[in-house]
Amino acid sequence: MKEVSLVIIGGGSAGMAAAIEAKKNGVDDILILEKDNDLGGILNQCIHNGFGLTEFKEELSGPEYLSRFVKQVEELHIPYRLNSLVLNITKDKVVTYSNDKEGVVCLKAKAIIFATGCYERGAGAISLPGSRCSGIITAGVAQKYLNIHGYLAGKRVVILGSGDIGLIMARRLTLEGAKVLCVSEIMPYSNGLNRNIAQCLNDFNIPLYLSRSVSKVIGKNRVEKVILSQVDEKMQFIPGTEMEFECDTLLLSIGLIPYVSLLNNIDCEMSSTKGAKVNDYLETNIDGIFACGNCLHVHDVVDFVTDEGREAGRNAALYIKGLIKNSNDHITVTNGNGIGYVVPQKIENLDHESLTFKFRVRKPVNNVRVVFKSNETEVASFIRPVLIPSEMVMLKLNKEQLSKITSKELTVSLEER
Amino acid sequence: MCMYDFIIIGAGVVGAFIARKLSRYETNVLLIEKENDVGNVTSNANSAIIHSGYDPVPGTLKAKLNVLGNKMYDQVCSDLDVKMEKIGSLTVATSEEQMKMFDELLIRSKVNGVEVRLVNQDELRKMEPNISPNALGALFAPSAGIIDPFNLVIHCVENAVDNGVTLKLNEEVSSIEEKDGVFFVKTNKNTYQGKIVINAAGLGSEKVARMIEDVDWNLIPRKGEYFVLDHYKKGFVNHTIFPLPSAKGKGVLVSPTSSGDYIVGPSSEPVEDASDFSTDLFTLNNVKAQALDLVPNIPFVHQIRVFSGIRPTTTRHDFIIESSDKYKNFINVAGIESPGFVSSPAIAEYVFDNIISKLVSLKEKANYNPKVRPYVCLNDLSSEERNFYINKNKDYGTMICSCEKVSLGEIKDLFTRSVPPRSIKGVKRRVRAGYGKCQGGFCSPKVALILAKKLNCSPLDINYDNIGSNVLLEEVKK
Amino acid sequence: MKEFVCIVCPRGCRLKIDDELNVTGNSCPRGANYAKEEVTAPKRIITSTVRVNNRENLLVSVKTSIAVPKGMMFEVMKEINKISVSAPTHIGDIALSNVLNTGADIVITKEIK
Repeated sequence: MKEVSLVIIGGGSAGMAAAIEAKKNGVDDILILEKDNDLGGILNQCIHNGFGLTEFKEELSGPEYLSRFVKQVEELHIPYRLNSLVLNITKDKVVTYSNDKEGVVCLKAKAIIFATGCYERGAGAISLPGSRCSGIITAGVAQKYLNIHGYLAGKRVVILGSGDIGLIMARRLTLEGAKVLCVSEIMPYSNGLNRNIAQCLNDFNIPLYLSRSVSKVIGKNRVEKVILSQVDEKMQFIPGTEMEFECDTLLLSIGLIPYVSLLNNIDCEMSSTKGAKVNDYLETNIDGIFACGNCLHVHDVVDFVTDEGREAGRNAALYIKGLIKNSNDHITVTNGNGIGYVVPQKIENLDHESLTFKFRVRKPVNNVRVVFKSNETEVASFIRPVLIPSEMVMLKLNKEQLSKITSKELTVSLEER
Repeated sequence: MCMYDFIIIGAGVVGAFIARKLSRYETNVLLIEKENDVGNVTSNANSAIIHSGYDPVPGTLKAKLNVLGNKMYDQVCSDLDVKMEKIGSLTVATSEEQMKMFDELLIRSKVNGVEVRLVNQDELRKMEPNISPNALGALFAPSAGIIDPFNLVIHCVENAVDNGVTLKLNEEVSSIEEKDGVFFVKTNKNTYQGKIVINAAGLGSEKVARMIEDVDWNLIPRKGEYFVLDHYKKGFVNHTIFPLPSAKGKGVLVSPTSSGDYIVGPSSEPVEDASDFSTDLFTLNNVKAQALDLVPNIPFVHQIRVFSGIRPTTTRHDFIIESSDKYKNFINVAGIESPGFVSSPAIAEYVFDNIISKLVSLKEKANYNPKVRPYVCLNDLSSEERNFYINKNKDYGTMICSCEKVSLGEIKDLFTRSVPPRSIKGVKRRVRAGYGKCQGGFCSPKVALILAKKLNCSPLDINYDNIGSNVLLEEVKK
Repeated sequence: MKEFVCIVCPRGCRLKIDDELNVTGNSCPRGANYAKEEVTAPKRIITSTVRVNNRENLLVSVKTSIAVPKGMMFEVMKEINKISVSAPTHIGDIALSNVLNTGADIVITKEIK
């Protein structure tokens, strides 16, 4: 069987960054496997601007952002295969993929980085009430049809969910000639970035209804009507609050989920993000298998995906050189009060210059303290005036703070001030 | 106007098996379907279980044809290249009172001629580690199975067409008139003449029956809502797990499917409108609660789909398989509710032996071939075997659906068949592209473009399902 | 006094600006500039696509090189919709200069081989 040092599954932002960084850290024998016919992943269809402010200090569109990494991949002569879907991986890191040129190939890798991105939650996952006719479409699919192939999937559109892709698509559809009637969000707050509500909805007078969701889709062959109802605190529909919209399309922007079904077969420990549990090296519980980007936890800004990809690339290089070991004697990081999840979920080694923790809050909060505790003692705390679920929070613990972790537990939680 | 010896109305599982049975003989057969694909209504949305047949009331057609049908399936699935697995069913009791009901069911099994045995709590727990701690015992029926219901009907009609049956899709029968022993069957597009008409119109069977005479039965459409969970892991449940049957039906089951997913359902409520396939949260929550009683930790986080199916129950509470009172050449095959799917091949035999053969005498074809041309299903193959196919056709190497791992070659193959897909759903039902975790998020645009090319039309004309269910509404930048 | 959300970066600061154009709530100078522009002459970058002549079912992404007056967005879109280009395309290629005399060019944002 052919051997390769590092296989990177997914050639999007995370995968390309991981590959570039691994190469720079001395791994010469890398292969990127990309299932689509271009490198760049989802950014290929994200033609709006706003990418790269952290990474390049300028505002780029998705294709512009990705092209800078494609260029580096080419310049560094990192091999990649397009239209190559990984069919299977094993615990001992045999990767099987398929494409039309090589057929089915089995490779033995020293390390694997998962950079497979995420997928969109669909109507079936939320038991969307009513008809399952045509015209119920996820925002990303509508984006692909519109931005890549040039087709409007809807002309009179109701959007469910205020996630960023939904908001971005509200503007795109409007500019391209569709009528977006409203955006409905089941939560009492938006799940998108504030600036997207401003520039994608407010600019076009598209109303955003909070605490409201679809109580029925009506339509025989194609969507004909969507009924929105107010929900109470328990997310139950309140009778008598129905609003009826005549439309041909219900666009769903109801969440993104890490796409890591290949990990199911190898007993990888999964976290509440639906991605793998990882340690401070972004390594899963399977020796030498790393994860980064949206397949680990869904990010809201691609610049941070790139950064996480680099981190995985660096760590995979260390692993290949035998410089890190999965000891399974780790500190468990748990999400406490008010925190939805924390990455990493485990710490192998406290001997870092610093360690960044990424998390999201469960609901919007004002004026809180984010407290890191180990063994009931405070390790570090950070004051934040506003935290909202749609923004991933990153907090860095320095060497001194890390040294205060004295037990096998670290909890991150919110405290009122 | 062409004259047919047989006109079968409805290409669901029942019409499909009858058409295939008739295709053995020197006779010309027309199969009319109102939908854009075969097996698209009740056959498309059910539990996809090959029931063992232990529980229908002995002496009924249901009991007889279920048991016969079950025995036919090994051959049927081998001939038609359809995935089926006899994993067995467990009917589980959760109280002492329910345990007592097994006595009656054991008698029924014996009379119906179905092998079953009682399984005690310990053994049950070994067979199903995730079963409720309240489960005290179960009736195990090893002959029960799970099947790919979509390809069963599609391949069955394909085989019938390969053997000479004419299939018309998107034609709905609007009236039938009889004149001098010939039926004039009028659809939205044509009028066909037939000597013998077989009404296998499923949910439309009462309407079709009443086109020629009054009938003494009524159709009561009964809706069942289901959950589908992704194939995240094998072995969460290993058998089809039922509660004890009640007057309302077989109850909410939890089962693996032939594609490795898990299915949970159905509810069972009579509905007014047999064309309303909507689902609702109240019913689904009920289904969930009932399922959790049997299997407490069902991982609904892996839920990828909900759907509803409507079963054509009738006031007779048994299958109606008989000639009309007025015209012996008009045969109603109606009320084929559960266990209709498993019974269908036996229903076709029954219709032939008990009715058709008494009306006409048919000669067997010399060149009848009971088998469909084998399908290439790469997921069933080793890497070496895959490469054998990829060497012959590189499209087998290009993957289109990443969740279900379906290749371009497998999709293109469908268009070389005699019942090719005409919609995104048609592709999905045949090769499972779009049936996985992302529900077509990644592959549906690719499939739409492949379809447009193969059907030689604009992507704007591509339907999700029936005509009028267009996916795309306008081309921009024209 | 006017209040709105800054769209300059993902942070989405809540800006306040008074009649004398004093800005508060911003975290960076770009936010202050944005607030001033937003109350005097609001502008937006437009991103869209144009058809690629020599490729089947394919579009290439474009953007305005600088922000254009917010009130002209739909007019600019009409102009963008008229454009078509031929592959290969390169990032930065100008598909249309000085659209509607706004001073903005329509530039290609994607490499197509």
